[in-house]
Amino acid sequence: MTSAFYVSGVVAVLATIGVVTGRNAVHALLYLIASLFALALVFFTLGAPFAAALEVIIYAGAIVVLFVFVVMMLNLGPKSVAQEREWLRPGVWIGPAVLAITLMVELGFILSHGRRPGPTIRVVGPTEVGVALYGPYMLGVEMASMLLLAGLLGAYHLGRRHRSGTDAVDGEETRRGEARLLETTAGGQKGEDR
Amino acid sequence: MTAAVPMENGLLLAAVLFVLGLIGVLARRDIVFVLMSIEVMLNAAGLAFIVAGARWHQPDGQVMFLFILATAAAEVSVGLAFVLELHHRFKALDVDAASEMRG
Repeated sequence: MTSAFYVSGVVAVLATIGVVTGRNAVHALLYLIASLFALALVFFTLGAPFAAALEVIIYAGAIVVLFVFVVMMLNLGPKSVAQEREWLRPGVWIGPAVLAITLMVELGFILSHGRRPGPTIRVVGPTEVGVALYGPYMLGVEMASMLLLAGLLGAYHLGRRHRSGTDAVDGEETRRGEARLLETTAGGQKGEDR
Repeated sequence: MTAAVPMENGLLLAAVLFVLGLIGVLARRDIVFVLMSIEVMLNAAGLAFIVAGARWHQPDGQVMFLFILATAAAEVSVGLAFVLELHHRFKALDVDAASEMRG
């Protein structure tokens, strides 16, 4: 089990070097996924299976998907087809694939030697984490929810499209629409008065 | 009862990953790489908490990792919205393109 920690630690460091020194964003993202998987395995060997599952689900599942979305959105246009063809060359994915296969072999080794990370490590499971989370850390959970709400609003505000050329026209349209709305409302009120 | 992995080695791994992320933030100028390096740094901080939680067999380390996870999710959503805005406004992903304030 100790060797599993060291192997996945080395894989994490190598993959992180790949992230930092990468030229292409998609190559770096592949290395980032390998690094996150390696860290999930490190968490598992340290007796934190819940954190390992969350690492895979939220980091490698949700956050990396956001990165992929943005990278793909920024590569629109006819040249993206040629670029995608270039991304599928073996030289691009062979590094992350080797690291990920190492991790998979290691995971198979761990699972074939029993589910528990080891006799000397006490596993802190999801139940204990949940009890701590909704007991003494309740205020932290509330603060995290407020932080996520702030992140949601910030992303919405920043992500709105301002079309620079047509702003004035849009404003005019809106103003006219508002005026029409006001007229209708005033008319309705007059009707009620009668 | 001691953990099979010494705490020093876990913290060393966290420190190495954090420094790699810091180098990425300082050296890279592409904003997507800067954001990815920040993710690496947050991950390293979470690893340090997990190592400490494993050392004392307490769930607190994993709780702090969860908070770091929530912070990273909020940070990356706002950061990627910034990436889109930067690309829209300057037609570039270079963080130096947005240095008009000379900060």
